[in-house]
Amino acid sequence: MIEEINKKLEQLNESASEDLNQYLSFFINDEEYAVDILRVQEIRCWEGATVIPNSPKYIKGVMNLRGTIVPVMDLRARLSIEERPYNAMTVVIVLKFYTVKDSAKISGIVVDAVADVHALKAQDIQPAPELACNVNAAFVKGLGRSEKGALILLEPDALLTIQ
Amino acid sequence: MKMDLSQFYQVFFEESFEGLDAMEAELLRLSNDTPDVESINTIFRAAHSIKGGSGTFGFEKIASFTHVVETYLDLVREGKRKLATEQVDLLLRSVDCLRDMLTALSQNQTMDESRAIALKAEFESLLDEPPTANSTETQQLAKPQGSKSSWYITFIPHREILLTGNEPLYMLQELAQLGEVEVVVNTQSLPALDLIDVESCYFSWQIELISDCSESQIKEIFEWVEDDCEINISRQGFQTKDTKTQVTALSSSQVKPADENTQFSIEPSEPTKSETEVDSHTKIRTDKQLAEPATKVQASPTQSTALVGDSLTTDKAKQTSQKIADASSIRVSIDKVDSLINMVGELVITQAMLMQLSESEFDNKVVKRMKQGLAQLEHNTRELQESVMRIRMLPISFVFNRFVRLVRDSSQKLGKKIELVLLGEQTELDKTVMEKISDPMVHLVRNSVDHGIESPQERMAAGKSEIGKITLNAYHQGGNIVIEIIDDGRGLSTEKIRQKAITNGLINATDELTDEQINLLIFEPGFSTAETVSDLSGRGVGMDVVKSNIQALNGAVDVESTPNQGTKFKVRLPLTLAILDGQLVRVGQHIYIIPLVNIIESLQINPTQVSNIGGQLDVLDLRGEYVPIVRLAEVFAHQSDSHSLNEGLLVVVEVDSGKAGIFVDDLLAQQQVVIKSLEANYCKVEGISGATILGDGTVSLIIDVVGLVKVAGIKNLGTGNITIAEHSTSCESL
Repeated sequence: MIEEINKKLEQLNESASEDLNQYLSFFINDEEYAVDILRVQEIRCWEGATVIPNSPKYIKGVMNLRGTIVPVMDLRARLSIEERPYNAMTVVIVLKFYTVKDSAKISGIVVDAVADVHALKAQDIQPAPELACNVNAAFVKGLGRSEKGALILLEPDALLTIQ
Repeated sequence: MKMDLSQFYQVFFEESFEGLDAMEAELLRLSNDTPDVESINTIFRAAHSIKGGSGTFGFEKIASFTHVVETYLDLVREGKRKLATEQVDLLLRSVDCLRDMLTALSQNQTMDESRAIALKAEFESLLDEPPTANSTETQQLAKPQGSKSSWYITFIPHREILLTGNEPLYMLQELAQLGEVEVVVNTQSLPALDLIDVESCYFSWQIELISDCSESQIKEIFEWVEDDCEINISRQGFQTKDTKTQVTALSSSQVKPADENTQFSIEPSEPTKSETEVDSHTKIRTDKQLAEPATKVQASPTQSTALVGDSLTTDKAKQTSQKIADASSIRVSIDKVDSLINMVGELVITQAMLMQLSESEFDNKVVKRMKQGLAQLEHNTRELQESVMRIRMLPISFVFNRFVRLVRDSSQKLGKKIELVLLGEQTELDKTVMEKISDPMVHLVRNSVDHGIESPQERMAAGKSEIGKITLNAYHQGGNIVIEIIDDGRGLSTEKIRQKAITNGLINATDELTDEQINLLIFEPGFSTAETVSDLSGRGVGMDVVKSNIQALNGAVDVESTPNQGTKFKVRLPLTLAILDGQLVRVGQHIYIIPLVNIIESLQINPTQVSNIGGQLDVLDLRGEYVPIVRLAEVFAHQSDSHSLNEGLLVVVEVDSGKAGIFVDDLLAQQQVVIKSLEANYCKVEGISGATILGDGTVSLIIDVVGLVKVAGIKNLGTGNITIAEHSTSCESL
């Protein structure tokens, strides 16, 4: 499954089309979340991370991505969703993001499982309603639609920037 | 045939920049005392080689500008012109101008010629002045000043002149700059087309030069090819010959409008004095007219702010330009290379020994020798690595020397008298660190000049010497280099900083802060207490940039200040950014690395020697010194295996001004680790200086002991404790 998507990713990076944006979706509980696929660098199995002392609870630590030190964030913890133990399906999605200072960084997010790749037109994306309860509004870019239902589009820059 | 000279451009630029640096340094030395012949010679030589080089490579604008500078310097050298402060200033500005021109050239940008033209005009007007009294006579004997006469030059280059990288065309062009030339080429020795060797030069030239130049000026042009040609320079007036009909005129000089006047000087071989005077005056006037608007631009405030501008954008621009320069090469002293060669030699021997062993029968004896061999190999590798690292190390004088100029210029501008003292100039540090530290240093020094040192009147009133003193000091401490910027000025006004911080909302009016804490506020973004914003500093950008730049290098900056006695900025930087020797330590299931350079010793704690202060801090009585104990597990909120102090180990480390003990569960291996940035993708973590990847591919974090002790909340270590303080000074002196 991961290999399949990684392959798709490669193809996409070669031919990124303008009008149609592709999104990589993944699950947390039964909700389908998604990020702009152009931000996705790669997907890896969860292999553990080195704990960073005195870091926010949602930072799982740092991992070695072929010589680069990359922080890993637990998306459940970041979105204040109740955590659950990692299993064979748990993956790390490595994303590129931009901080306020304009420098590109990469960071991993731990999610329950990858789902699919969706193509969405700009007009298909609705602004997120005033969100209640557990999702921080700044992290959500908008709502899309997949065959199974709502697709929550996340905004990597806000999500991954650590205050 | 034309050689591709572009491959030598880089070398030319490097040498030229070095030459400019040398010129600048000597000029600054000159301004202090009477001109020393040797210094002037050094300056002259530097200018001369820049001129020669730029001529060779066809950088006409630089060549012609340097030529004027050189002509002036030549007169100074001969004692015909004086070298007072104004002239030194003019020369310094020329150095700046040349540097900008060269930078522009090296980056393929168009250069700003207006400054060069303006400066050239200044030089020309100086050259036009009557020479200094005592030498008038000799000069007039040497050559009739200002009178134009013909030079008859026969230039027969050897066949192989082109192979030496010399291009006769450039020489002819350079001659053309001295005056009007008529060049006759002799093509008699040109063989038939099929016999031509494209790399040989078959031509010779006869050149008639009408100019007021001296013989030495002409000789100089051919100086580089003296051995590769026959050259004959004679002073006879040119007699009209038939050859004039087959003249190939090199007309670059004829285009110049000023030469319309000189045209008639061909006819009389000794023109009258009055005529030439008129001629040279008009020439200068035209140049001046050209130069006038340019001079105005230069004097306008925009120029000066751009020069000293400490805004973020200029810094950014500088950084980008530096990036291009980053690809440049490095000059290494020969002994470093020699030691490297020695190392490699040893390495080869060890390798041969191991090879031999591997071919012999394996028994216990061989295994033992093999182990010895491997130990030797390890030793060699490490030494080799150290040697290679040393190549990157440069003395800090590279950074320090530029401040001589900075302090001189900015103190003049502010009407202050400042003496700059440089200490520890030979302290070496990594080239990368050096490049990145010079901008923050400029900020700090500028700050000292602008805010630190008072005006002479103010200093007199305060009972201090009129002349302020700024000291730059560099030394090694542990694995760090410490750079201090000390001024004996008014010191920081804690009251003013406090007020400002309250208005800026950095602190609350009710906050109780120590003076030290208040002083540190100046590193906060958007903070400046200067009452007047000046060109030099005080725009509120600066100190926070300084701090973040230094932190980006894994360094730290501190400030100490005593009112009316001065301020001391202490910048602490790692010697190198690449590799460190680390001690792996374990806390629970976590592995950390403590840099070996920080470690003094490791020991098992005898609980009877531990006392507890106020129920919070444990101190160990270590041979009469009280060492605070930092429990790593507690600071980093990890689960520790050791329930009591005697179960684990204490790593005693050197911190700023004393010692601290880091309590861990276990000591593991010692190894060299490659430092990786944690900040590249994450953010700064207190107590952690970076990360590395261990042999098994997992990430391990490197502990920043100074930061760690701060996180642990032990401050003012070593103050109020005489034993520790004494010890730390003895450590430094080691």
